[in-house]
Amino acid sequence: MNLAFTPEENAFRDEVRAFLAEALPGDIQRKVRRGQQLSAEEHVRWQNRLNERGWLAPGWPVEHGGTGWNPVEKHIFEEECAAAHAPTVVPFGVGMVAPVIIRFGSAAQQRHYLPRILDNRDWWCQGYSEPGAGSDLAGLKTRAERDGDHYVVNGQKTWTTLGQHANMMFCLVRTDPQAKKQAGISFLLIDMNSPGITVRPIVTLDGAHEVNEVFLDDVRVPVENRVGEEGEGWTCAKFLLTHERTGIAGLGHAKQALRHLKDVAHHQTHRGRPLIDSSGFREQIARTELELMALEVTNLRVLAAARDGSTPGAESSLLKIRGSELRQRLSDLTRRALGPQALPFFADFLAGDDDGLDNQADEKQALTAAVSAQYFNRRKLSIYGGANEIQKNIVAKTILGM
Amino acid sequence: MDFSLSDEQRMLDETVTRLVADRCNPEQRRALIDERSATPSPLWRTFAELGLLAMPFDEEAGGLGGDGVDLMLIMQALGRGLVPEAYLDGLVIPGTLLARLADDSLRERWLTPLLAGEHQLALAWHEAASRYDIDTPTTRATRNGDAWRLHGRKQVVLNAPGAAALLVTARHDDATLGLFLVPGDVAGLQRHDYATFDDQRASDVELDVALPGAALLANGDTLKTALDETLAMGRAALCAEAVGAMEVACAQTLDYLKERQQFGAPLSRQQTLQHRMVDMHLYLEQARSMATLAATSVALPAEPRDYRVAAAKAYIGEAAQFVAEQAIQLHGGMGMTDECSVAHYAKRLILLDHALGDRDYHLDTVMDRLEPVA
Repeated sequence: MNLAFTPEENAFRDEVRAFLAEALPGDIQRKVRRGQQLSAEEHVRWQNRLNERGWLAPGWPVEHGGTGWNPVEKHIFEEECAAAHAPTVVPFGVGMVAPVIIRFGSAAQQRHYLPRILDNRDWWCQGYSEPGAGSDLAGLKTRAERDGDHYVVNGQKTWTTLGQHANMMFCLVRTDPQAKKQAGISFLLIDMNSPGITVRPIVTLDGAHEVNEVFLDDVRVPVENRVGEEGEGWTCAKFLLTHERTGIAGLGHAKQALRHLKDVAHHQTHRGRPLIDSSGFREQIARTELELMALEVTNLRVLAAARDGSTPGAESSLLKIRGSELRQRLSDLTRRALGPQALPFFADFLAGDDDGLDNQADEKQALTAAVSAQYFNRRKLSIYGGANEIQKNIVAKTILGM
Repeated sequence: MDFSLSDEQRMLDETVTRLVADRCNPEQRRALIDERSATPSPLWRTFAELGLLAMPFDEEAGGLGGDGVDLMLIMQALGRGLVPEAYLDGLVIPGTLLARLADDSLRERWLTPLLAGEHQLALAWHEAASRYDIDTPTTRATRNGDAWRLHGRKQVVLNAPGAAALLVTARHDDATLGLFLVPGDVAGLQRHDYATFDDQRASDVELDVALPGAALLANGDTLKTALDETLAMGRAALCAEAVGAMEVACAQTLDYLKERQQFGAPLSRQQTLQHRMVDMHLYLEQARSMATLAATSVALPAEPRDYRVAAAKAYIGEAAQFVAEQAIQLHGGMGMTDECSVAHYAKRLILLDHALGDRDYHLDTVMDRLEPVA
């Protein structure tokens, strides 16, 4: 037993670090570091750099353009990206629809879509949740009726992240209303420029426009855009839930958030001393550090098991629960560390405008201007991808047999 | 990065696990407690025969050269059975100090029989005002020609009733810390024995004893280094024992929820109780990670070793308390009874936090050394 990384793993880490130092554009890094929202152009510019290096799709099989990294190497890559303030790769194409197409799609679908995902010609969004189907996703109502070579789709999707930039959506639709809940669902690839699609922004409590509602009104989708058989959409959806969940703890982000918290608490003054030296606050930082240490080892245990061939199952739920709680706690402490400076809401700055701050502001202030927004934004971590309460149901059922 | 056990470690794990299952069910455990005497039990002799007593010591000291992970496996298995043998306090802690500090003749007299299972020892360091600090005793050591005089009072000396000799911390006239070997039958040593809440044996010890010059094992920095190493190992061992006990407390609670019928259905159908049970399980898995971190850190240089071990002990103190309290709560009234097995696990889980520094003590260490801003 040895918890240290091997020399090969450390060499890989150095290689990733060197690449990031050289390839990550300074303007993008600065925005990520400040917590500002990136434009579509910035996301694509970074993802093109990754693709040039062959590192955009770590989870794919090598023959389709994957890296061949094992779960430990993927973890190291994610951790280094977070530490370097690189943008998170928008997951809907590379991380979500692509694995489904690779697993269930036709050869023609693979030939058409996979290269377009790698070179960022297509921006994908996810059409899963509906106003009436959140945690109970299989309760979705969006209808797809067959009309010759087409499906005619009617319904509403919601929480469509970055759908405002997307030209493609993968979508769960009900093709057989008579079948039992899960059985009547199919998986469709829909062109967002089709007539009948309306995307409307949802502004979240942090002031951001990240998610959207998507209305589908008699949208015609070619039958060839169905992945898998009719009625087998739920199989695709379930496959995605267990695929690539090793990064689910968000450990790289948590480590970065802890560094930021310590930095803020170091620069804030409390009764004439750095806040980090005030025992009450310091104790809370120390407690989160313990939680992070424990989560890191648990995460490594799951990664090592995945590397050695076992499929992470319900352990993913444990990592998701504790990882989201930890990141929420870190964002909470960072907000509280700021004191009254947590109050100002600079909407333009948060949306990515460089001049959005008060013109007296220096870079130090810019680095904390998004803290409250991040605190509110992080509330989503315990809600999306199956709320933490749902994760507990899963653990109770599958691990504990309750 | 590798979490797998070696073949030897897997065998060790199976051996101890089987031994505990065969020899320490609740009735056998009760008998072991009732029949304890000043000399080692038959079970302890079996430990010796299986090499378990030699495992945690260097080969040069007559041991089998086991590492932190070996010790973790043993302690985890002992924790699962709540085995009422002083493996840590009677063997590992005093034995490690002797192996580090004693000369050949003292080793032969005290360490060799210790590893052979012929006697046990104890470390006497708690005092009325010491709390968890080992380096500030008020017990005085005075030089008297070639000999020593030790005068003072030790409290809660774990395993003193089963020990052939005590290792006693004392302060020299110049305030330097010293460690002395005090045979149990020396004139001027008075023991007041009692049981602890978690079925260990302990004593308060009055000392006014004369000792030969060779009774001094070590002083000052040499001693401090050996104590720090030994206590780190002991703390890591307690973390592992806690994980073993938490495993059983969780398993028994889960069984109880599935079996106990209320409102016409098993309690395990109640979502509130399901989620509580998941929380216990989360704490268990995180504690397992921390115990692993501690076990693989005991051979590191002092600074990372002490930081990680303190972090693990602080975390596990909290985790163990959560599991203990919820195990009682989910057992309802049954959990309050002496007859209920899980109550004994709960008592051990709560009180092992009081050994070698509790969660507050170790959180303080983490706070003192909080890794600086990168």
